[in-house]
Amino acid sequence: MSAAAPTALAPSMPTVQLSARLAARRSRILKERAIEAVLFLAALVSVFTTVAIVYILVKESVVFFQQVPILDFLTDTQWTPLFDDAHFGIMVLLSGTLTSSFVALAISIPLGTVIAIYLSEFAPFSVREIAKPFLELLGGVPTIVYGYFALLFVTPLLQYFMPELPGFNLLSAGIVMGIMIVPYVSSISEDAMRAVPMSLREGSYAMGATRYQTAVKVVVPAALSGIASAYILGISRAVGETMILAVAAGMQPNLTFNPLEPAATITAYIVQVALGDLPHGSLGYQTIFAAGLTLMLFTLTCNIVGHVMRRRFREAY
Amino acid sequence: MSAQIESIKPEATPPERAATPAAKAEVKGLNFFYGGYQALKRIDMVVHEKMVTALIGPSGCGKSTFLRCFNRMHDLYPGNRYEGRIVLYPDNTDLLSRGVDPIEVRMRISMVFQKPNPFPKSIFENVAYGLRVRGERKRRVVEEKVEQALRNAALWDEVKDRLHELAYNLSGGQQQRLCIARALATDPEILLFDEPTSALDPIATASIEELIHDLKEKVTILIVTHNMQQAARVSDFTAYMYLGELIEFGNTDALFIKPARKQTEDYITGRFG
Amino acid sequence: MKAEMNARKEAPRDLAAIRKLIAEHKRWDAIFALFGFACLMIGVLTFLALFVDMAVKGLPRLTWDFFTNYPSRHATQAGILSAWVGSTLVMVVTALVAVPLGVAAGVYLEEYARKNWVTDIIEINITNLAGVPSIVYGLLALGLFVYQFGFGQSILSAGMTLALLILPVVIVATREAIRSIPQAIREGAYALGATQWQTVSDHILPYSSAGILTGVIIGMARAIGETAPIITIGALTFIAFLPPSPVTAEPPFLNFEWLTSPFTVMPIQMFNWTSRPEAAFQFNAAAAGFVLVIMTLAMNGLAIWLRYRLRRNIKW
Repeated sequence: MSAAAPTALAPSMPTVQLSARLAARRSRILKERAIEAVLFLAALVSVFTTVAIVYILVKESVVFFQQVPILDFLTDTQWTPLFDDAHFGIMVLLSGTLTSSFVALAISIPLGTVIAIYLSEFAPFSVREIAKPFLELLGGVPTIVYGYFALLFVTPLLQYFMPELPGFNLLSAGIVMGIMIVPYVSSISEDAMRAVPMSLREGSYAMGATRYQTAVKVVVPAALSGIASAYILGISRAVGETMILAVAAGMQPNLTFNPLEPAATITAYIVQVALGDLPHGSLGYQTIFAAGLTLMLFTLTCNIVGHVMRRRFREAY
Repeated sequence: MSAQIESIKPEATPPERAATPAAKAEVKGLNFFYGGYQALKRIDMVVHEKMVTALIGPSGCGKSTFLRCFNRMHDLYPGNRYEGRIVLYPDNTDLLSRGVDPIEVRMRISMVFQKPNPFPKSIFENVAYGLRVRGERKRRVVEEKVEQALRNAALWDEVKDRLHELAYNLSGGQQQRLCIARALATDPEILLFDEPTSALDPIATASIEELIHDLKEKVTILIVTHNMQQAARVSDFTAYMYLGELIEFGNTDALFIKPARKQTEDYITGRFG
Repeated sequence: MKAEMNARKEAPRDLAAIRKLIAEHKRWDAIFALFGFACLMIGVLTFLALFVDMAVKGLPRLTWDFFTNYPSRHATQAGILSAWVGSTLVMVVTALVAVPLGVAAGVYLEEYARKNWVTDIIEINITNLAGVPSIVYGLLALGLFVYQFGFGQSILSAGMTLALLILPVVIVATREAIRSIPQAIREGAYALGATQWQTVSDHILPYSSAGILTGVIIGMARAIGETAPIITIGALTFIAFLPPSPVTAEPPFLNFEWLTSPFTVMPIQMFNWTSRPEAAFQFNAAAAGFVLVIMTLAMNGLAIWLRYRLRRNIKW
C-alpha cells in the first residue's frame, strides 16, 4: 500500500480494493433481498391457503350445483343423497347444526360472561392466576375426548333424569360443546373488560358503587363490543364443531329443532361420508363440498363481523 | 417581593375571611404506607366548612395521596395502610376506621379526577349515576336532581337539549363540568378535586375555577393543584406539602404574602419546583 | 353565573338509611361473587368428571401390551401401536412444515413488512384462517393435497394439513415474541453495521425463541388432538401395520416411503373404539382418551409454565 500523504486523515483507497468492496456490498444486498423474498413467500402462504380453500370448495360445489338446483338445495326438507330418489335439502343438516349450537351457546354465553366478570372484577389475584391457565387447559382438551364424554357419561347421566332420551341426542352434545366453548367466550370477554381503563372504575367507585354495580353498570357497557365479538366467535366455534356431534348426536340426518332427538349436523355428515367409500368425482363426493361451502360462508361471516367489532373496540381504548 | 405577589393575587382579601370558620373535618396524625414505603408522615390539618382548601407542593410530595385518603380510594388497591384518623363532623365519624365502610365514606364525599372520566352513557345517565347507585327510583326526583346538578356545574344551558346524547361528544372542558355535576348530584358533604384543570385548556380552566369559587357556598372543597397561581386564585386556605409532610397550613393570603416557613417561601418564589 | 345557580337544599343526613342501603348492595356483591365462583366451579367439575371417568375406565387397560399391540377385533387384545406411531410421524411432518413457515411469516410481518394493502391482506387472512372450522381444512386437504397434488391419503397430506391448521397459532406467537423485544436492541445492532438479516438471525430470533417455542408447543398440542381433518383425508380407522420405518439399516439410511403410506392417528383410533357398540371397546377408548388427555395437558402445561418463566426472566 502506498504511503499516505501526511495531511490526509485517511489514505485514499486503491481502485482494486474499492471495487472489491462494491462487489461485496452488491452481493450482500442481493442476499438480503433474496431472504426478504423467501420470508414474504412464507407470509403469502396464508393467502394461498384461503384462496385454495375457496377454490376447492367452489370448484366442487359448482359441479354439484350443475346437477342439483340451488333452490332445491335450500328448500328441500329431506337429505338423502345416496338414495336412488336422492334429495339434497341442506335445511336438514342445518337444523342439526343450529339446534346443537343453540344449546351450546345457551350454556357458554351466560357461563362465559359471568366467569369473565368474576375474574375481571371480583376474583382475588390468587384465584385468577389459577383459573386462567385452568380455563386454557379446558379449551385444549381434544374434541374427540369431549365426544366420548358426551356419549358415555353425559347421556347416561341425562337418561337417569329423562329415561326416554335416546342414546344419540343433540342435548348431550350441545351441553358438552357449550362447556368446551366457555374458555373462548370468557377469555375474550375478560380481555375486553380488562382493557377498560381504571379511571372509569375509579369514577364509579368514587360515587359509592359496589364492585357488582361498577361491573354491571360501567365496565360491561364499556366493554360491550369486545364482549359481543366474543359471543360471535363463540357462535362460529359452535357451528364449526365436528367430533362431539359426530360421536354423540348420531349421524342420522333428521330435520328437527328438538334437542332430545338425534340428528346429523353439516360437519358430522362430512365425517360420515369421509368414513365411507365414495368415489372421487361422484355426486355423493361433491355433496360434502357443497355442505362445506355452506358452513364456510356462515363461519366466515361470523369471523369477519367478530373481528371488525374487536378492532373497533380496541381503537376506542 | 410584594410586587411579585400582587401579580399572582389580583383580588383583595375581604377582612371577614380572617375569622376562623367551623371545621368540617379534622386530620389527626395521618400516616400512609404504600406497602413498606411511607408516603404521608404525621399530618395534622383542619378542613374548614364551606371553604376551599388547596393542597400544593412539588411533584411527589403526596398531595394526591393525601386527597385520596379522604374517600378511601386507596382501599381499591392491595397493600395500602392508613394510620391515624380523619374525623368528619358533625357526627364524629373516623373516615379511616376499619369499622367504617369505604362505600359509606364515598357516598358522603365525592371526587372529581384529573382527567375527565365520563361513563360511556348519556349525559343524563352520567349525572344520574350516583342517584341510581343510591337506589333512587322515582323518575321525577332523578330528573330534578340531574337538572339542579347540571345548573350548579354551569353546564345546563349547553346540554339541556341533548341530555340523551353520549357524554363522549362533549369537549374536554364540558366533560369535566359533567364530572363535577355527577359529583354534585348526590349532595356530598365534601367535594374533592384532584388537579381538575391540568388536562384542560386555559379557557376551560378559567371556567372551572369560576365554578369552584361559586360552589364553595354550598359544599366544602378540597383541591389538589400543582399550579400555585390557581391555588392563590381559588382557595381560602392553603396547605403546602413536601415529601409527605405538611410543612405549612394557613389562610391563603397570609401564606402567599408572608409564609411562616422558609421552605414554603422557597417553593412559592420558585427557588425550586 | 351566580344568579343562575339555584340554592341547594341541605339534605338531611340520614346515616342509618345510608348504612342500610350499603348493606343491601353489599349483599348483592357477595351473592354475585359466590355465583361467579360457582360458575367457575362448574367448569372445574366438568373437567374433573371427564378426567376421573377416563382414568377409572382407562387406567386398567394401560398395560405395556396396550402400547405395543395393533388394533384388533378382540377388545382385550387391541392396542394403539399403529395409532401412536402414526401420530408421532404426522407430528414430525407438521412441525417440519409449520415451524419454518410460521416463524418466517412472523419474522416477515414484524421486521420487513411495510404498512400497505398487501400486508393488510396477509394479516386479515391469518385472522380469518384462525377461525376456519377444522373440517374445512380437511376438505381443502382432500381436494388439494390428496387429489390435485396427488399426495394421496398419506402421512404427508395429514402433516401438511395440520401444519396449515396451526399456522396462525405459530405466526401469532412468533409475532408477539418478536414484538416484545425493545426497539433499542434492534437499533444497537443496526448501529454496529449489521444488515437486516444479521439483526434478525443474531438477535431477534434467539431472543424470541422461547416465546416462539411456547406457541409451537400449543400448536402441536392442538394438532395432536385433531380428528376431523384427518378423517376427511381418508386416514383409515383399522390399521394393523406400521408405516415403513424412516431409518433403515442399509444406505442411504433415510427412507421416505413412510410419507406416502396409509396410517392412523390416536384420535381416530379413539373415535373408532367409541363408535363400537360392544361395551368392552369403551374401556379401550377411555384408555386411549386418557393417554391423549395426558399428552395435551402435559404439552399445554409445559407451554404455560414456559410462558410464566419467560415473563419472570425478561429484564428489559
